[in-house]
Amino acid sequence: MSKEEKKVNRRDFLFTASYTVGAVGVGAVIWPMIDQMNPDKAQQALATTEVDISNIEPGKSITVLWRGKPVFLKRRTPEEIAEARAVNMDDLPDPQKDEDRVKEGKDEWLVMLGVCTHLGCVPLKDKGDFNGWFCPCHGSHYDVSGRIRKGPAPTNMEIPKFEFVDSNTIKIG
Amino acid sequence: MSEHEYTPKSKAGKWFNDRLPLLTLGAHLTDYPTPKNLNYWWTFGGILTFCLITQIVTGIVLAMHYVAHADLAFASVEHIMRDVNYGWLIRYIHSNGASMFFLAVYIHIFRSLFYGSYKSPREVIWIIGLMIYLLMMAAAFMGYVLPWGQMSFWGATVITNLFSAIPLVGDSITTWLWGAYSVDNPTLNRFFSLHYLIPFLILGLVVLHIWALHVPGNNNPVGIDIKKPSKDTVPFHPYITIKDAFALLVFMIIFAGFVFFTPNVLGHSDNYIPANPLVTPAHIVPEWYLLPFYAILRSVPDKLGGVILMFSAIFILFVLPWLDTSKVRSAVFRPIYRQFFWILVIDVLMLGYVGAMPAEGIYLVLARVGTIYYFLHFIVVMPVVGYLEKTDPIPMSISEPVLTGGAEPSLARKINDKV
Repeated sequence: MSKEEKKVNRRDFLFTASYTVGAVGVGAVIWPMIDQMNPDKAQQALATTEVDISNIEPGKSITVLWRGKPVFLKRRTPEEIAEARAVNMDDLPDPQKDEDRVKEGKDEWLVMLGVCTHLGCVPLKDKGDFNGWFCPCHGSHYDVSGRIRKGPAPTNMEIPKFEFVDSNTIKIG
Repeated sequence: MSEHEYTPKSKAGKWFNDRLPLLTLGAHLTDYPTPKNLNYWWTFGGILTFCLITQIVTGIVLAMHYVAHADLAFASVEHIMRDVNYGWLIRYIHSNGASMFFLAVYIHIFRSLFYGSYKSPREVIWIIGLMIYLLMMAAAFMGYVLPWGQMSFWGATVITNLFSAIPLVGDSITTWLWGAYSVDNPTLNRFFSLHYLIPFLILGLVVLHIWALHVPGNNNPVGIDIKKPSKDTVPFHPYITIKDAFALLVFMIIFAGFVFFTPNVLGHSDNYIPANPLVTPAHIVPEWYLLPFYAILRSVPDKLGGVILMFSAIFILFVLPWLDTSKVRSAVFRPIYRQFFWILVIDVLMLGYVGAMPAEGIYLVLARVGTIYYFLHFIVVMPVVGYLEKTDPIPMSISEPVLTGGAEPSLARKINDKV
């Protein structure tokens, strides 16, 4: 009896060891199959875009493409900045100060992803109930700072990583 | 499977059949005892098989001319329309074929709902059917992306962004689906690959669907268990094949009507504008067959909530056999459930209508009412009505009410009307 038990234990060990090695092997093959779907090196290489902003008048904005997504660059008027800063934080679904959405000393420049945080459409400028942007797909209203005010979008429009290369050029990414 | 043993007549046939019993399978499919009271609502299984084969054949041909690249896809579809011999015909059959496929599958699903075909012992047939339906939606969505027009691009953007609602890992999953930082060439490429794959997965599931059907046999309009074969059954061939063929011909007339007279009526003119990642069309609307779910998505003012509710609307159907507590299958004998069934039909049609309208004002109110009823129907109405309802008397066999009038002539007439 004890001899038989020992045999069974030895077999159990072999089963467990085989399953373990098999699982590791399967995992090692599955991961490349999954990861190949992530952005490739060519996509990652498009990571930065430089934009000339010298021609943008106050109150106007331009849209540029960065990583396949639109980026809004808006040169805001002093009135618009004042309007964005006068907003009560309690009125914001995703509270964020306007000061935290721009570079210090460059308050007139709002640089943000022109992508609605609901389902990814491009909001229309100078539309909606809050003097900012309005997404035509599912009716999200953004204010002059690109913050969500009304509608299904959960968060403010995203601010990408960017810097001023010189006074006329912005590098996004 | 078959009750009687089958022996091929020829010697060669017997030799082959002993090694691979394909002829036995053929005999089973020919003789398969089918309830003799099946009405025309039962012809949509055959129609759906036709739709699947049509999509596969036209799709393979289109893939010989289509180029899955963001810079070339739109032009290659126009090339198919203008230059390829009969390309316009093949593409219009394929694009309208998708709509006809969904039209047939919705009738097929509501047939099951009315006659209780999802109930024991046919739960597995029902679940496989729903898996086919899910794959159909995935295939249709990806196929709609391939022409790379404005609706293709923005439809793809909105649908893939549904996954960004998942907490914590949502954005990573969306980027992984895209293979880029937005819907872009890698997305188009993989959608083409999967769009080509999915119909064959559906074909495999169709085989399982029919296999699972042939174990208990067909449900029927009176929804009772029948002996097979018996006075209540007829062989599948020629009785059912000829009926299916006639229904298919009528269906093909409607199909051809769309293809030849109004091939673009079910599409959106925006999709004849090449994809532009900088401009979203003013009204993004999915294809008509997804509109009820789109209405449910938009009825919720919260991103994650809307996405969860939309997926729940589909997945709740998987547990339907266990939500329905009634012992009677067919709604013919369920006077209360029958009324709720028609309310559900109207509710889904209304959701489809408001899904195409802007999400504001009265449409938003209707979408919310419709969504609430949709879920109430399955979660509350089905279990409670099944429990409380006093059902009408059920005939002992199919022959009884049809041939003799049974014990209750009024009942017999009623069934006759339905049949």
